[in-house]
Amino acid sequence: MARLTGWWRNHAPLLVTCGLLWALVKLADGSVIPAWSPLAPYRTLLANAVINIIVVSGLVLINGLCGQLSLGHAGFMCVGAYSAALLTTAFPEVAPGSFAGLLLMVAAMLVGGVMAAAVGWLVGKPTLRLRGDYLAIVTLAFAEVIRSLVRASDEFAALLTELGWPALGGLVQRVNGPRGMAALPALADFGLLCVVLFVALASIRNFIYSTHGRACTALRDDELAAGTLGVDTARYATLAFTAAAFWAGIGGALYAHLFGFIHLDNFSFLKTIDYLIYLYVGGMNSFSGVVVATGALSLLPEQLRNWGFEQWRLVVYPLVLIVLMLVRPAGLFGRREFFPLKPDKRRAGDSAGAGR
Amino acid sequence: MAADRPAAARQWRRWCWWLLAGAATLAYIAHYGLTTFLQQFLNGLQIGSIYALIALGYTMVYGIVKLINFAHGDLFMFGAYIACFTGAAALGGEPFSILAFVLALVTAMAATALLGWGIERVAYRPLREQPRLSALITALGVSLLLENFFALPPEQVPWPLQHLVFGPQFIHFPDLLPVTVWQIGGVSVSSLNIVNLAVAFFLMLALEWFVQRTRTGMAMRAVALNRDAAALMGVNVNRIIALTFVIGSALGAAGGMLFALRYGTLQSPYLGVWPGLKAFIAAVLGGIGSVPGAMLGGVLMGLTETYATSINSNLGSGIAFILLIVVLLVRPAGLLGVTRREKV
Repeated sequence: MARLTGWWRNHAPLLVTCGLLWALVKLADGSVIPAWSPLAPYRTLLANAVINIIVVSGLVLINGLCGQLSLGHAGFMCVGAYSAALLTTAFPEVAPGSFAGLLLMVAAMLVGGVMAAAVGWLVGKPTLRLRGDYLAIVTLAFAEVIRSLVRASDEFAALLTELGWPALGGLVQRVNGPRGMAALPALADFGLLCVVLFVALASIRNFIYSTHGRACTALRDDELAAGTLGVDTARYATLAFTAAAFWAGIGGALYAHLFGFIHLDNFSFLKTIDYLIYLYVGGMNSFSGVVVATGALSLLPEQLRNWGFEQWRLVVYPLVLIVLMLVRPAGLFGRREFFPLKPDKRRAGDSAGAGR
Repeated sequence: MAADRPAAARQWRRWCWWLLAGAATLAYIAHYGLTTFLQQFLNGLQIGSIYALIALGYTMVYGIVKLINFAHGDLFMFGAYIACFTGAAALGGEPFSILAFVLALVTAMAATALLGWGIERVAYRPLREQPRLSALITALGVSLLLENFFALPPEQVPWPLQHLVFGPQFIHFPDLLPVTVWQIGGVSVSSLNIVNLAVAFFLMLALEWFVQRTRTGMAMRAVALNRDAAALMGVNVNRIIALTFVIGSALGAAGGMLFALRYGTLQSPYLGVWPGLKAFIAAVLGGIGSVPGAMLGGVLMGLTETYATSINSNLGSGIAFILLIVVLLVRPAGLLGVTRREKV
């Protein structure tokens, strides 16, 4: 039997685990939550929580690892969602439960992720040399610009058709501007979500504990010192930004195909704020804290609705954020991680980077 | 850096910008006519003076504690609402009253100054020694808290706080002053325009006098330059920072009242978001940390927005961001800002 080399050798455990997970999911009737379990009515809610975790774990890369404040994450989700939706609506005859549906969903996810990453790269390149406060406003501005571009898609489509590219114009027209895209095929089943979640968590965790993650941590702690030590701060900041945008795009694609309908208002500043709150409650330097906090806070509004306090969510969440910043800025988990996530101390030498 | 290039190149670039502005103005006049140009100039000046008042709050706070006070737009909103309620109460059934106008303005400024002071005391002061990111996030939290708290419908709020919330529906702002419109060569000039410009410029001049000609103003400038050195010189830094927040909030409230007077209705407690963002961009445009810069930036933002809206409404809403991106790429310090070399 030939020995595995290089990339394949390093990543064989991850691939095998993914394969096993997927086999498990398919065995359990194609869905991790079978119809007879008590969790079944909450399937959409749990799926939403999973998508939130995917997006927020990407956000950890910018806000936690690099220590920047990015207020434009919902814009990347928007790009990913619309790109994926454009792809899947081009194949309306594919049935949701089939293998072709699965392939289409994976393709749409990747398209969404890559488009969002491209936009993230374009946004990050000129803006990451600004100081922290300005970066926040500029990322907010770019998210609004993305949404404005989507809102003006009708006019773009007309312009493209006039200029002589009717096919491209038709594509842009399908974005449908302020009316939102509806009737998207429900291709995102819960099993796929779980697998994507696992891949996201594994790869982001590996990023955090790799040399790239170390460079980002150095950039967070003291940018000048890192520069003098030879860390290419601009490159690593852009890398983290692009990776975060990639996962936001994938999250957006899954979001679109979970709910079947996307609209500009789904990707507004409020959504970014929600993600920021999940991040800071969990502790921006603790990856596992972020995952737990996101899961809990995604499920909380439903419970609040049961108790009749839904309106107060918008007041309580910012209050929690303020109190958190005053009392425990490190977040709930501080810098602690669940033990399997940290690399083995013997092998790593010193204590882990972001989880220190 | 600009200072490294020879003076001739710098002069040439400056002339290029002026030429561009002049060409754009001439093109606009040629297309739309002189009366429209002057009319929009008046409108732009009016809204620009409001943006300038708000931008002053941003720039003063940033200059002194290096914090972008996201909550400033909501203080602007708070001032507008307080002015509305006070004005309606002070009118008491009479059609117009200058006294009501003045009372509303003063009460709005005082109440918002108090709120601003409270926010600084509770939320920002404990974080002064913390990394800037924490304060920034807290500012974001305060902004959201103010917006969403005041937007709660009163029915859903338990008894003690019920009278404090404004509710999410829109409120009509009382007509406090009689409106007369004069036609000067095709341009309609309303008395509201005059009042707006007069109040705004009076406040800006008062602020400029205060900052440049009084000892407290000198103390504020000192704390903005170097906090520790100012403390060594005997300046009570806490008090000066609190005063900065108070003055900034009061100016924002004045802007809020003028804004409400101009548009006649208060849409919702979220009305501070967009003007706040635009005013921040105006402050960056003028050079954040610089008081004359905020004034200039505000007026420029108002003019640009008005002209852009008159060309195309989509362009009007996007122009603020385009301006921000251009400014940050071309001249990050702003028009009147100073490019400080960072010493390691």
